[in-house]
Amino acid sequence: MSPSTAIYAAVALPLVGAALVVSLRRWPNLREAASLITGGALFGVVLSLLPHVQSGARPEAQVVEVMSGLWLAFKVEPLGMLFALVASGLWIVTTTYSIGYMRGQHEVDQTRFYAWFAIAISAAMGVAMAANLLTLFTFYELLTLSTYPLVTHHRTEKAMRAGRVYLGILLGTSIGFLLLAIIWTYYLAGTLDFRPGGILAGTADNWVIVVLLALFAFGTGKAALMPFHRWLPAAMVAPTPVSALLHAVAVVKAGVFSIMKIVVYIFGIELLHDTGLSIWLMYAAAFTIIAASLVALTKDNLKARLAYSTISQLSYIVLGAAMATSAGVLGGSMHIAMHAFGKITLFFCAGAIYVVAHKTDISDMRGIGRTMPITMTAFFIGALSIIGLPPMGGAWSKWFLALGALEAEKAIFVAVLMISSLLNVAYLMPIVARAFFVAPAEPAPGDDDFAGAPQGTVLGANGGSSIKEAPVFCLVALCATAAGCLALFFFADDLYQLLTPIVNP
Amino acid sequence: MIDNHLPILQILLPLVAAPLCLLLRHRVVVTALAIAVTWVTFAVSVALMATVLQQGPISYELGGWPPPWGIEYRVDILSAFVLVLVSGIGAVVATWSPASISVELPRYERHYLFYCAYLLCLTGLLGITITGDMFNVFVFLEISALSSYVLISMGQDRRALTAAYSYLIMGTLGATFILIGIGLLYIMTGTLNMADLALRLQDVADTRTVIVAFAFLIVGVSLKMALFPLHLWLPNAYAYAPSAVTAFLAATATKVAVYLLLRFFFTVFGYDFSFDRMQLWIVLMPLALIGILTASLVAVFQNNIKRMLAYSSVAQIGYMVLGISFASVSGLTGGVVHLFNHGLMKCTLFLAMGCIVYRCGSVHIDEMRGLGRRMPWTMAAFVAGGLSLIGVPMTVGFISKWFLVKAALEQGLWPVAGVILFSSLLAVVYIWRVIEVAYFEEPLAVDGQGPVREAPLSMLIPMWVLVAAIFYFGVTTELTAGIAQQAAASLLGVVP
Repeated sequence: MSPSTAIYAAVALPLVGAALVVSLRRWPNLREAASLITGGALFGVVLSLLPHVQSGARPEAQVVEVMSGLWLAFKVEPLGMLFALVASGLWIVTTTYSIGYMRGQHEVDQTRFYAWFAIAISAAMGVAMAANLLTLFTFYELLTLSTYPLVTHHRTEKAMRAGRVYLGILLGTSIGFLLLAIIWTYYLAGTLDFRPGGILAGTADNWVIVVLLALFAFGTGKAALMPFHRWLPAAMVAPTPVSALLHAVAVVKAGVFSIMKIVVYIFGIELLHDTGLSIWLMYAAAFTIIAASLVALTKDNLKARLAYSTISQLSYIVLGAAMATSAGVLGGSMHIAMHAFGKITLFFCAGAIYVVAHKTDISDMRGIGRTMPITMTAFFIGALSIIGLPPMGGAWSKWFLALGALEAEKAIFVAVLMISSLLNVAYLMPIVARAFFVAPAEPAPGDDDFAGAPQGTVLGANGGSSIKEAPVFCLVALCATAAGCLALFFFADDLYQLLTPIVNP
Repeated sequence: MIDNHLPILQILLPLVAAPLCLLLRHRVVVTALAIAVTWVTFAVSVALMATVLQQGPISYELGGWPPPWGIEYRVDILSAFVLVLVSGIGAVVATWSPASISVELPRYERHYLFYCAYLLCLTGLLGITITGDMFNVFVFLEISALSSYVLISMGQDRRALTAAYSYLIMGTLGATFILIGIGLLYIMTGTLNMADLALRLQDVADTRTVIVAFAFLIVGVSLKMALFPLHLWLPNAYAYAPSAVTAFLAATATKVAVYLLLRFFFTVFGYDFSFDRMQLWIVLMPLALIGILTASLVAVFQNNIKRMLAYSSVAQIGYMVLGISFASVSGLTGGVVHLFNHGLMKCTLFLAMGCIVYRCGSVHIDEMRGLGRRMPWTMAAFVAGGLSLIGVPMTVGFISKWFLVKAALEQGLWPVAGVILFSSLLAVVYIWRVIEVAYFEEPLAVDGQGPVREAPLSMLIPMWVLVAAIFYFGVTTELTAGIAQQAAASLLGVVP
């Protein structure tokens, strides 16, 4: 398969998958098989592009000239390669997980769920491989719209309200700020192509650059930079596989990926580094990192806590981009992969707990590690990676980010990263500790029913004989991603080699 | 041979077919005739467009009298573009209409009257666009207006009568203003041919009479195109007219008035007079901006969805006028391309409303509960049109907004760019109200009739042709923005 065919295939395959899912709606097993096979084929196609990118080629495909000089076109560079690999690879895992989750939960309208999921992945592929801002924006909006039916999947009043926040913020920022910034860039630079070294240098005054950077940073609502982060917790009404893949990986990473790509290929690292015009963005990202972590501490609902954790972690990547140093950009880019594996594991575990024990609040999860040891071990591994401790992948990205802060001669951001790690410990570790070391809830002494409570239940739980794990599809998925966290620590060099050309063109 | 007479065929076909409807009277025959004639008319306009693109503007002397004495039909790239839009919409709506009017015009057993008025209205709109003669503009304006009063008053709701009446009053005022303007120009120059008038006006441009004529024409055209605050006739007319009429008029009538604005102020008066001497943009730009914001805001609070879309139309006229008020190539391109694009999307939306009226009898927002499941193809078309109205990429609405925002930034008017984008968000609000009701609420139980079913294919196919056009012209714009850009350049007298 030629590289340009592979690019077309990467965007089209999930759409074909969606069509298959709809046409096989009467046979659930075949329908899920279609999703899985499409996922496998997609990953294979994306993987086939990797050797080309590693060898320094930049596979291209031009689709159609939308307006004179403005093409809908794709071009795969290392950053997009990474994002495409992560999103397509985790799609297979998530589909496996979804089968266990959706059936275990007896969810309605599963066909619609799988179909929109596939369309969202297609949009994510388009974002990853976009050759210019116009293409990026097109697929960015498609991603927003195709995930809306997933967020509002339950069609309840609550889902509808969450959907309003979701669309309101994501469409509002992208049309109000991002589109304005894109057209402005086009007006200034006469092109929207992503070019190494950027296209804006020497085209505008410093204040225009600052305004543009602000429009891009806040206009990319998917990056959840405060104060435009509210959509992410709101989106947690969606079924857990959606929160896991889309709101820990594809959608949010599309946001930070866009910011990274804009900083590197539109502004150019040198422009921002030499002028120091992005310093304010470093502070904005640092504020989001700390503030979102603090909010996460206060959340008792597990998915809400993870959502705020995601907001905080996304700003690591924005921070890396804003540093405009090679280590910062590399660290931020690596964090796209590292955080993806860590956070998807945590969401998978949250969903597994919900399927098995129907618990959503952390305070109810005492002793859950005794009944679900595999799930909670995976949770522990994912949490370690988010905190950034070896031997988990998350350690490397924090390492490079800290290095980047020093390179930028802003030691304060090293402190921010450290404080944030401590806060991560504070909001993630109690969940693990509670699950393993606190005994399961017993009826309170003095309770009327205490005398009559069946002894056997308590004994059984303490004796660890009543292991009740998640459906096997869920277990396979969450073990795979937990193993991924571990593997990324040892294969970080491959990632580093892949990404280096971004900063040393 | 026939090629030389394309310009007159464009008008003659629907004009002759209209009385034929009265003579034939048989329902099926008349319907078939109307559909056939509108499609042939469309083919003629496409042929005209092809000719203009190849050979440049066409001048046709009516009755062999050379201009400026005789009436000249003049097809340049701008008029060919508008002709394609008007005749294309005319053909699609005519094809869509038979099922709809059989339900919505029960009192009018004689459907041939509908098609007679419809074809006359089409004739008028095409005539305004094709003629190069000022007085002829007025004649066709009246033909289209009188027939549209008849069409609107055919609405089921009795309020259609008052709506038609107020349109009659406002429309006649507008036409009268235009006639006075034309008359004053004739007094000063002694000619009615546009090209000739443009030359002779230069000598008398400083006279008060010409300036007064200019003012009369502005007000008259603004009334016709429902520019805020002269839009009051439009919401009721669109809301209570039969669905086919609303879809047709919304996509064509106000667009032709925008065309007149361009014709009068760029071709006849010329850019120098209109924009340098008279500073026309000072009038147009604020009205356009206020219109965009207020009409979008009012649309948010409408419960009759046809009325909501009508207010949205007022806002969209604001976009076109805004683009024109920039008086730059990008701005005019944006205005002209939006004229075409908005015709496509608003027609789609009103056709979707027509399908809903056909099945549910009303387009009150409460009636639309659960329609996402009951009428999936109709609602999908509505969503497609709505997304385009919002300006989502890959739809035509995005292309329009792109040019308008670019034009605003080129002139350093970034607050104006902000208003354009902000009002897109208001469009999100009013479109999403409908989507939430249609997709989230449970369907209403219709007593004794069983569940609402999808609209028949005879309605769905024409509607989806337009949906396809929305996406096609949203992805490749050589035929829309490319042509609009040429038209803009020729209006401004610059080489593209």
